[in-house]
Amino acid sequence: MQVALDNVPAVAQLPRQGGILRWIRTTNHKDIGTLYLFFSLSMLLVGGLMALTIRAELFQPGLQIVRPEFFNQITSMHGLIMIFGAIMPAFVGFANWQLPLMLGAPDMAFPRLNNLSFWLLPFAAVLLVASFFAPGGATAAGWTLYAPLSVQMGPGMDMAIFAIHILGVSSIVGALNIIVTILNMRAPGMTLFKMPLFAWTWLVTAFLLLTIMPVLAGTVTMLLFDRHFGTHFFDAAGGGDPVLFQHLFWFFGHPEVYVLILPTFGIVSAVIPTFSRKPLFGLRSMVAATCCIGIVACAVWAHHMFTVGMPVAAQLFFMYSTLLIAVPTGIKVFNWLATMWEGSLTFETPMLFAIGFLFVFTIGGLTGVILAIAPVDIQLHQTYYIVAHFHYTMVASSLFGLFAGTYYWLPKWTGHMYDEKLGQWHFWLTLIFFNLTFIPMFFLGLAGMPRRIPDYALQFTNLNSLASIGAFGFGLTQLLFVYTVIKCIRGGPRATAQVWEGAKGLEWTVPSPAPHHTFSTPPVVE
Amino acid sequence: MTELARKLAVSALLQPALAFAAGEPSLGFQPPQTVVARQIVDLHALVLSICIVIAAVVFGVMFYSIVRFRKAAGREAKQFHGNTTIEVLWTVIPCLIVAGIAYPATKTVIEMKDTTNPDMTIKITGYQWKWRYTYVDDGIDFYSSLSTPRDQIENQAPKGEHYLLEVDHPLVVPVGKKIRILTTADDVIHSWFVPALAVKQDAIPGFVRDSWFKVDAPGIYRGACTELCGKEHGFMPVVVEAMPEKDYRDWVADQHAKSAATAATPQ
Repeated sequence: MQVALDNVPAVAQLPRQGGILRWIRTTNHKDIGTLYLFFSLSMLLVGGLMALTIRAELFQPGLQIVRPEFFNQITSMHGLIMIFGAIMPAFVGFANWQLPLMLGAPDMAFPRLNNLSFWLLPFAAVLLVASFFAPGGATAAGWTLYAPLSVQMGPGMDMAIFAIHILGVSSIVGALNIIVTILNMRAPGMTLFKMPLFAWTWLVTAFLLLTIMPVLAGTVTMLLFDRHFGTHFFDAAGGGDPVLFQHLFWFFGHPEVYVLILPTFGIVSAVIPTFSRKPLFGLRSMVAATCCIGIVACAVWAHHMFTVGMPVAAQLFFMYSTLLIAVPTGIKVFNWLATMWEGSLTFETPMLFAIGFLFVFTIGGLTGVILAIAPVDIQLHQTYYIVAHFHYTMVASSLFGLFAGTYYWLPKWTGHMYDEKLGQWHFWLTLIFFNLTFIPMFFLGLAGMPRRIPDYALQFTNLNSLASIGAFGFGLTQLLFVYTVIKCIRGGPRATAQVWEGAKGLEWTVPSPAPHHTFSTPPVVE
Repeated sequence: MTELARKLAVSALLQPALAFAAGEPSLGFQPPQTVVARQIVDLHALVLSICIVIAAVVFGVMFYSIVRFRKAAGREAKQFHGNTTIEVLWTVIPCLIVAGIAYPATKTVIEMKDTTNPDMTIKITGYQWKWRYTYVDDGIDFYSSLSTPRDQIENQAPKGEHYLLEVDHPLVVPVGKKIRILTTADDVIHSWFVPALAVKQDAIPGFVRDSWFKVDAPGIYRGACTELCGKEHGFMPVVVEAMPEKDYRDWVADQHAKSAATAATPQ
């Protein structure tokens, strides 16, 4: 039973400070979640502008809009901003808003640390974007920052290294916070197997972050030292090895892509049961699959390096481990399908995006199986096939999950229903334009078009033009999303506590909007 | 703009369809010119077919559910949590599929790595932003740079047929001979890639890697640098000209004559 405090009108519970200071000093998980979400949305738009610049240049062969050196800066920064500025903070925003509510906890385990985790981000983002204005511009070594090219870069590279350090600290302490909250602050009666899959996926994600972010920090520090302090970690002339950078980077980089997708799995695992009006199929195997993915993710990294000249045994090991990780991933897709099977389905916007996720993630995942085959990867490595594959898994899948979660939980956060018509428009336009942008890229890669080039041979023209048109449609459609979210925040039909007929979980037992403080007395879970 | 978009959409969507219809076996790859390239096309076709079947099943189940299990049509949800039999099946079957794919793939991996007993060796050095070819056995050494005129890139002149895929001095090789390539680089990592020959080998400064190919038929095969190496990464193509062995020998003799003439001329 909930104590009277949780039924106090939200107004009476608001912090005494208003204005900017409230947001700077808040230790409330809902406020911090909101900060993360607004930050990530603005980074999505900044990264999106860079993507549109890339696609504008690639609309036709020839150099029309930007110089090649600036083009390389834009592609590199597009990747860094989207991954570290948009996707990761968005998921942390969801974790902040939802984990305490789902677990019946009053807040995160370390509220002040939570505040620090967030406020590190705008500082890092300003530093990263400001690197465009350093002499020589931003880093142009790709988001993957391979040495020795990254050793050649100007001061913009050092600014990016510093920004990555700050982003890493934010992720590490955020992950700590999430693990302690999940393990220690569940309401009485909520065993680990009673907590929503979203908490499980974040638990595994947080452990992955603790494992990999220090490796990235070490790697970029070694790069900094090679650049300025006379070391030769990645320089053969000094006894080092450029490929060492790649091993270190991808030991971070591969589990990182699972960091970018596991929370989406959790969101979709909340949305599909609600709109199917039946429980998630196979919770235990979903948990097992999530843990398997987390563990095997740390053993596949060199499938990004099939062309560096590893010995046969290494090529085979990484091919086999990469094929293996397809199994638990596929199982999850089957479980979601079985959840829909013989359900009572309705198709509000969250469900549209969840089903859309199933569609695009299946394509992204299956093309990953194709790429796992080392000889095939050798043909497709560093071509547009790879670009298509990771945009299907990262943009389509991660982003669709984020959209599904936003529409799903916006009524709980704001107390208003969003405009369903606008949501539907957003979904269909996004789905169509996304596919229009990235399907041609599979064929471009098969035909042999390399990536990270500002200009291309004539036979690639038609597909590039198509992709560019799709990209502009996709980008402009996201303005509709921004409009829909802001409109919902400002007003709309009143949302009940339950919001969705089939929704289950502790967050649906509190009023909408959720009061500033919830579960000050823990609920008892049967 | 709409007219252009419509034309582009139609042509871009028709392109792969027409290729299929024309009976192109390569499913999008450039026509394979070596045994290994053909193996890769076949491997890809095998895996792609399996993926298409899996996708058809997944999407089929999905669309069936969307159509048949609608609340609007009055369906009640059947409350079930799991089904051990089916879960075991859909764990074991993918494992078997994956193992089945791994077997032919393993054979190709081993074959691609076997650079023993080559007929000749060529050292390929990547520079920012050109290639250098050194024929170890035949004593020839030259640079290969992009030959597309700058004004074509700057849109001041119409683009030629091999825009960005043409060089001043291509790599000339004999057909039917096992050619081992040693790759390295002078500055940053580059990567030497020829799609039709299915060769892609990173060129790493301070290290030597090897790969090999044996070209079936005479022809000109074009590729690119495939590792970001700086501002002209997109402007250092690879061109391989394969010719019958007798013609290759003539070319070698010609190269020797030219370099002797250059050496004899006072600089």
